[in-house]
Amino acid sequence: MRNSTYNNIKISKLSLFLAAFATIFLNVALMANEPQPHGNEEAKTENHNDAAPAHGEEHAEGATGHDEVDGHGEGDKKFNPGEMILEHIGDAHDWHLFGDVAIPLPVILYSADKGLKVFSSAKFEHGTKIVDGYKLLHNGKVASVDGSDFYDFSITKNVTILFASLFLMCLIFIGVARSFAKNRGKAPKGIQAIFEPFIVFIRDDVSKASIGPKYEKYTPYLLMIFFFIWINNMMGLVPFPPPFGGNLTGNIAVTVTLAVLTFIITHVSANKNYWAHIFNPPGVPGFVLPILIPIEIMGVFIKPVVLTLRLFANITAGHIIGLAFISLIFIFGEMNAGAGYGVAVFSVAFKVFMLVLELLVAFLQAYVFTLLSAIYIGTAVEEHHHEEAHH
Amino acid sequence: MDLIKPELGLLFWMVVSFLLVFFLLKKFAWTPILEMLKERETSIENALQAAEKAKLEMARLQANNEQLIQEAKAERDAILKSARDAKEMMISEAKAKATEEADRLIKIARENINNEKMAAITDLKNQVANLSVEIAEKLIKVELSNKESQKDLINKYLEEAKLN
Repeated sequence: MRNSTYNNIKISKLSLFLAAFATIFLNVALMANEPQPHGNEEAKTENHNDAAPAHGEEHAEGATGHDEVDGHGEGDKKFNPGEMILEHIGDAHDWHLFGDVAIPLPVILYSADKGLKVFSSAKFEHGTKIVDGYKLLHNGKVASVDGSDFYDFSITKNVTILFASLFLMCLIFIGVARSFAKNRGKAPKGIQAIFEPFIVFIRDDVSKASIGPKYEKYTPYLLMIFFFIWINNMMGLVPFPPPFGGNLTGNIAVTVTLAVLTFIITHVSANKNYWAHIFNPPGVPGFVLPILIPIEIMGVFIKPVVLTLRLFANITAGHIIGLAFISLIFIFGEMNAGAGYGVAVFSVAFKVFMLVLELLVAFLQAYVFTLLSAIYIGTAVEEHHHEEAHH
Repeated sequence: MDLIKPELGLLFWMVVSFLLVFFLLKKFAWTPILEMLKERETSIENALQAAEKAKLEMARLQANNEQLIQEAKAERDAILKSARDAKEMMISEAKAKATEEADRLIKIARENINNEKMAAITDLKNQVANLSVEIAEKLIKVELSNKESQKDLINKYLEEAKLN
């Protein structure tokens, strides 16, 4: 009995390491294919954007033109780690898998004069085609040809990850709720047993501990942000099949939304005490108030900014470091194939280390975000902290 | 820099879908989960309290039992003791009675013996007297011829007779 448990632990450890190695090799394999097609795209879009007449020429050249551009791109294009990393952590209108293969995603554009346009990103043909007066820039953004204003509501790579992760959350937690209903009053089982400790942890050690007696109202929100951030952090660490391997929680739009939600909840539920602390801090001599009140007001707005930036920076930095280690292989590989293989050993070792660290960071950042949200809400709903302020 | 500029599209979809899923999960997952957790915790808490109570009750009952046993033992001892006392008392009483009876019987016997003895003595006296008289008659018949010796003899006899 005991022995088999031990073996199970051993097996799970082994599989963890295997998963880590598989992750890295996939990363390497994916990036090995990266620079060439990327170079192609770049070359094409540059041709397209910068030299309109050249575009004509290229077409005039006919069938040979394409081969020539390919050859050109492969021969001269140097591996550019910065560009590669930014592409990986940024957003895109298609989901680049490997080599030339990418999953096209829907482009949804709205402008006052042209109305709503919905089409597949494949229609841009890697930025070579203009669709309905819009073109795809080589940084992956859509722009209007005539420079007019429009709104881009496209289902980009990050939006796909967002939908997928939210769908996954629905599956998991409605499953957990059903499991709870099935085992009502009994010991947890299956998926419920996996998530129950975390739910209890957030409820007791984050929500109840930071908010106080009114914690019950805010616990669902805290559970939501905790699991959303954690699941997305973890999904970002798994490199390959979409919707994994993105950088959703390292995207400022996502983190700012979460921080603003916390900000809104905090200030909607804020009581008299909270406002009194800002505009009439208790026990402070009058002449300090002109200095203190602006600081307090700034503090109100700095909190969500800090929340936004902390999560964004931590997750993005993790991705950048991981990718940078892998880039080293190709930078040295371009100099000399042997150097590439030599560096690969160290890069992979560091990447394994970083990945294990990132597993911790994934949980830690979700926890920190949730805990700080709970603390901010806690300060807003706290009653009678300073007795002397009311007498 | 692109990285720190939120994109409108993602922002829009994030707000819409996150809030949608939040309210969905709040209704179908978070609230029921938290409720059921709480329900289970209260039931466990209650069960623990009940167990604790039962334990106390058990201890109390056990103490009671112990006390009952002690009382029963004490009572048994008391009964035994009183029985033993009664037995001893009865024995001693019986002994006393027996002694008394024996004494009484002995006393009666002694009295009887005495009476018999007195009777025997009286009888003997009478017989001795008769004998004496007969002897005396015979002697007198023999001695009356000598006056002096007759007197001596009578005196002698008289003196002897006084002893009885």
